[in-house]
Amino acid sequence: MSPHADSDPIIEFRNVSYQIRDAKGQTANLLDGVSFTVLRGETLVLLGRSGAGKTTALKLINRLLDPTEGDVRVEGKTTREWDPIALRRHIGYVIQETGLFPHYTVAKNVALIPRLERWPEDRTENRVNELLALVGLEPQHFRGRYPHQLSGGQRQRVGVARALAADPPILLMDEPFGALDPLTRGEIRHEFQALKLNLGRTIVIVTHDINEALLLSTRIGLVDAGRLIGTFSPEEFMRSKEPSAAPYIEQLRELERAGGTHESG
Amino acid sequence: MSLAEFFVRHRNEILQSTGEHVWLVGAAMLLAIAIGVPLGIVVARRPWLSKPILGTANVAETIPSLALFGFLLPVPWLGDRADRLAIVALTLYALLPIIRNTSAGITGVDAAVREAARGMGMTDRQILWKVELPLSIPTVIAGVRIATVLTIGIATIAAAVGAGGLGEFIFRGLAMVNNQLILAGAVPAALLALAADFMLGVLERRLRPAGLTAH
Repeated sequence: MSPHADSDPIIEFRNVSYQIRDAKGQTANLLDGVSFTVLRGETLVLLGRSGAGKTTALKLINRLLDPTEGDVRVEGKTTREWDPIALRRHIGYVIQETGLFPHYTVAKNVALIPRLERWPEDRTENRVNELLALVGLEPQHFRGRYPHQLSGGQRQRVGVARALAADPPILLMDEPFGALDPLTRGEIRHEFQALKLNLGRTIVIVTHDINEALLLSTRIGLVDAGRLIGTFSPEEFMRSKEPSAAPYIEQLRELERAGGTHESG
Repeated sequence: MSLAEFFVRHRNEILQSTGEHVWLVGAAMLLAIAIGVPLGIVVARRPWLSKPILGTANVAETIPSLALFGFLLPVPWLGDRADRLAIVALTLYALLPIIRNTSAGITGVDAAVREAARGMGMTDRQILWKVELPLSIPTVIAGVRIATVLTIGIATIAAAVGAGGLGEFIFRGLAMVNNQLILAGAVPAALLALAADFMLGVLERRLRPAGLTAH
């Protein structure tokens, strides 16, 4: 458990399975009997290969999907009991492709949720400026631009600012830095860490990148083929004898041998 | 008598027929937009309804226009007034491109944009009005443009049921084997189609939401 976390479970998976049925009527388990708990203030990183079920797990939290079996609880209520709109407004959501509205300026994109929540206009404007500054985009310079006029890294920053706009207590991030080139990715990752987004906020991040997991997490959840292998502190993960953890640890060692410094160093 | 002289001499009749033609096409287009855009939204939102709706519109499109005017003639209320009948028939022809383009515009919205909108807690209605429809505007107008040009051509057939329009000249010219009469209907109809195409093209660019890169 991280030093910030108190014992309040914010997100809870209880024996959750998610099945899909393909065109031939065959069922496949994207998630299979997954249970875990995320405490207030924790940053849980779900680490796994593509197709392991990480994104599915994330979408079950904000009810973009409903579990086939088991319960997902957010702040004590199952997601089925939540009104989906209220639940999603309570949770910031950042995805790899950003999903910025192409016909909205940067400022309008960031102001989306405050406007839907009918904040007073001056409060919304202040919040937009504050957030753009926070993610390292000079407000006066960037407010009026459109997404297609931004670089990939800048778009991703706007995506983070938009997710944080209404100050949600929970933040979900699906491969948030996945589409960026390695240099930008490293930079934005460090800035993100420096933002201390997790002050009191509960964060779940999905990634296949072990560096990212070690840098950002208070806990790592290792996902493989629809199952949760276990959750580990970063130190525990590096010492783990778990066979599915071995390829990641090996990858880090190789990077070190090659003279690269891995970013948790 | 040269063609130019013929046009000058009959300018009043030509202008009047052009006016009738614009009325038939304009009324049909307004109706087709009012019906076609909502149907296009339904087709995009409810895939199981897309086959029956697009199928029906497709069938209307394949009926030869002269036959369709004829079929509608005995229908009560419709057959009472020729222009009413012509407007309904033209509306049927204009529907398909409008339904198809509206639906294509909506389903063409980037999946990531839709997922982000839903994931942030926008309702279906908010997603429709704030995201899907604004992003579909260029495609919808392109559909209206295709439908308008098509309808201007087909509206010349409306003269066969007595609804007036530029087809009057064409039918009279055919009957009298008079090329000048035929051209007195065909040339203004062609100019009308070109003008409508140009104006809707301008509108398409004007209404394209800022931030969408032109292609």
